[in-house]
Amino acid sequence: MGEPGTSELVKLEDLEASRTLTGRKHILSLMVENKPGVLARIAGLFSRRGFNIDTLAVGPTEDPNISRITLTLDGAVHPIDQVTKQLHKLVNVIKIRDMEPDQTVAREMALFRVNAAVENRQEIMQFAEIFDAKIVDVSRRSLTIEVTGTADKIDSFENMIRPHGLIEMARTGEVAISKARPDN
Amino acid sequence: MRAADAVFEALKAEGVNHVFGIPGGANLPVYDALHDAELDHIQVRHEQGAGHAAEGYAKATGKVGVAFATSGPGATNLVTPIADAMMDSVPTVFITGQVRTDLIGTDGFQEADVTGITMPIVKHSFLVTDPRQIPEYIHAAFHIASTGRPGPVLVDIPQDLVRADVDYEPPTGTPDLPGYKPPLEGNIKQIRLAAKALANARRPVIYGGGGIIHANASEEFREFCTADNFPVTLTLMGLGAFPAPHEQWLGMLGMHGTRTANYAMDEADLIVAVGARFDDRITGKLSEFAPRAKFVHIDVDPAEIGKNVPAHIPIVGDAKDVLAKLNREYRALKADSSRLDDWWKRIREWQTTYPLRYEDTNDSEIKPQFMIEAMYEATGGDAIIASDVGQHQMWAAQYYHFSKPRRWLNSGGLGTMGFGLPAAIGAKVGCPDETVVALCGDGSLIMTAQEMATAAHHDIPVKIFLMNNGHFGMVRQWQELFWDGRYTAVEMGPSPNWPKLAEAFGWKGFQCTDKTELRDAMAATLEADGPALLDVHVTKDENCFPMIPAGNAARDMVG
Ligand SMILES: Cc1cc2nc3c(=O)[nH]c(=O)nc-3n(C[C@H](O)[C@H](O)[C@H](O)COP(=O)(O)OP(=O)(O)OC[C@H]3O[C@@H](n4cnc5c(N)ncnc54)[C@H](O)[C@@H]3O)c2cc1C
Ligand SMILES: Cc1ncc(C[n+]2csc(CCOP(=O)(O)OP(=O)(O)O)c2C)c(N)n1
Repeated sequence: MGEPGTSELVKLEDLEASRTLTGRKHILSLMVENKPGVLARIAGLFSRRGFNIDTLAVGPTEDPNISRITLTLDGAVHPIDQVTKQLHKLVNVIKIRDMEPDQTVAREMALFRVNAAVENRQEIMQFAEIFDAKIVDVSRRSLTIEVTGTADKIDSFENMIRPHGLIEMARTGEVAISKARPDN
Repeated sequence: MRAADAVFEALKAEGVNHVFGIPGGANLPVYDALHDAELDHIQVRHEQGAGHAAEGYAKATGKVGVAFATSGPGATNLVTPIADAMMDSVPTVFITGQVRTDLIGTDGFQEADVTGITMPIVKHSFLVTDPRQIPEYIHAAFHIASTGRPGPVLVDIPQDLVRADVDYEPPTGTPDLPGYKPPLEGNIKQIRLAAKALANARRPVIYGGGGIIHANASEEFREFCTADNFPVTLTLMGLGAFPAPHEQWLGMLGMHGTRTANYAMDEADLIVAVGARFDDRITGKLSEFAPRAKFVHIDVDPAEIGKNVPAHIPIVGDAKDVLAKLNREYRALKADSSRLDDWWKRIREWQTTYPLRYEDTNDSEIKPQFMIEAMYEATGGDAIIASDVGQHQMWAAQYYHFSKPRRWLNSGGLGTMGFGLPAAIGAKVGCPDETVVALCGDGSLIMTAQEMATAAHHDIPVKIFLMNNGHFGMVRQWQELFWDGRYTAVEMGPSPNWPKLAEAFGWKGFQCTDKTELRDAMAATLEADGPALLDVHVTKDENCFPMIPAGNAARDMVG
């Protein structure tokens, strides 16, 4: 760009802005004050800003004053950076972590009630075994199965089981914590 | 003491001298305590007026504005000013009465879930559930409202709790808010990088906004802008942050900004945004906004950075701190100013070719732009002007050359008609020694005209300069330009006899329909004892130009 104004070179054309869409799924872990209305504020922010939450899980932490909210979002659709910055503006949100996929343990639990007539009962029970799932309720025509694992694993289980007649499904949404460092 | 008395102890500790409000059932205990409190209460005539007055007070003084309202309809009447304060980042605290705790959730008399209703339009809110929280929450509310990016905070207090007995301890230090840590200092590495980028820019523009005023950083801003021969433009909300009559001043930018400012943004290679949020009235068509520019973005709110426009050098921090450092770092580089000569040549060409102009009349008709110029002269360019929303607002932004901060009070983000008069009242209460003029549109003024009673009742000598064009002028203009002149619901019909209406409220009322008499009429209005209104009949169908039609690019400016 021709002669610079000083000898200290910063070429304007070399300056880059950070990318906004990451293209992958993100798990956000929020530590929030355990106060009335906090969830409403978070839900309200998402609807107002047009952010879509894929899953949401809320629960207590080791500190009774603090709850943990685990959210999953699609980084191909939402600028995650903007989402976390907006969440940070909520006074009751203490900390937000955008969990690093390979340094995170994430788990979800799901319950499936499946048609299980005598003919296919055996096959379904085999699937359950492969997926390390538990049969938690049995009736004459159906089985209720509990599966725990990553969201992907639960998706796969659902795909396997669906052709047999999925009657009902409930999923918790993922919860996540960071993996311990090797020396800890 | 009664928690209601603790409310006033807390307000006193926060240095509050004035509150604006209206009593009712749910906040009766607070009003009972007000009886003995040492602060001035301005009894407005509608809660919206209380809210805008608190905003006007805050904008003019930089202190937190406070409004009271009762539950239900009192509180819902505050919704518009709360939203307004949120959009324009105005430090305000709203204290509302709520029904008794045993009635909450039962659709009790005058119950409205105000914390719920206002959740998306507050910086934060508190619903008191224990009387001991009352002073704690009030102190937290002031802290949150006034620090970081300022904004409205609501404290909703149930009627039974405010009657309870509490101990009041003045606060020691800042409130305990684990999730609230507004950033203050900018990252020095980023500031250095910005200084170097600037030193290498050939076509820089400094684009300042309301954040400079919130940060009380006009001095630092001017120092920085004059560290070199940088071209400077400001948003509607930033006007006054840089002295308008100045060599480096390009005028306001955006939809009704100058061609020069918009063209400069369009051709800039580096834009330094300071406390400005790239609103769509600035960017127009985002994909064609400043296509050649890299951006340095300085803002105290990290979420503003990268929200609408990518930031190549983001700097999160208070404008006062960042500008002081940026100024120092830039000066140390001793950049060669002459690199900007070509840029200035181009800018001067635009300035000569496209000055702000209007066609004046040869007869007695008063052009609206002429009215603003006359107002500038009559007030010595040094009044606090509180504006309504519409064409008159834009003409004031163009033709009243604000040279100091906190002199231009207007509703930019929400664009709330009816803001002007109550905001002027609030400003006059906060700055009794200043001349305060409400510049009103005839469409806007009638939305909050009842506050003339407030000014008369409390001897608040504000002046109204009414730009009377018999229309919702701004909407009329859009219908003319973009809707094929199919005028619908923009004509005001039989408008009130404004001078008589003013007199009915105990004001002085004046009227002017002749250009040659305008200066005298303005002088008489300003000199009149007490509040006074001047009804100025201007051209009915004048359009405000230049203009970037909504959603277009700077290059598409018309008029
Ligand atoms: C009829 C009409 C027409 C309009 N036309 C125009 C127009 O032509 N041109 C125009 O400019 N506007 C126009 N507006 C106003 C427009 O809608 C926006 O309100 C305005 O552009 C926003 O100004 P701003 O960017 O300065 O941001 P503000 O709303 O003033 O926001 C301030 C920014 O500064 C930041 N900030 C706050 N405190 C600090 C601090 N201490 N340090 C650093 N940063 C801080 C905030 O986080 C925020 O990002 C118009 C409005 C109306 C009603
Ligand atoms: C409360 C509110 N309602 C509607 C609008 C839409 N609106 C914007 S400008 C305007 C007309 C303003 O008329 P007036 O106050 O007479 O000012 P003028 O444009 O004529 O100067 C209207 C109706 C608004 N901004 N605010």
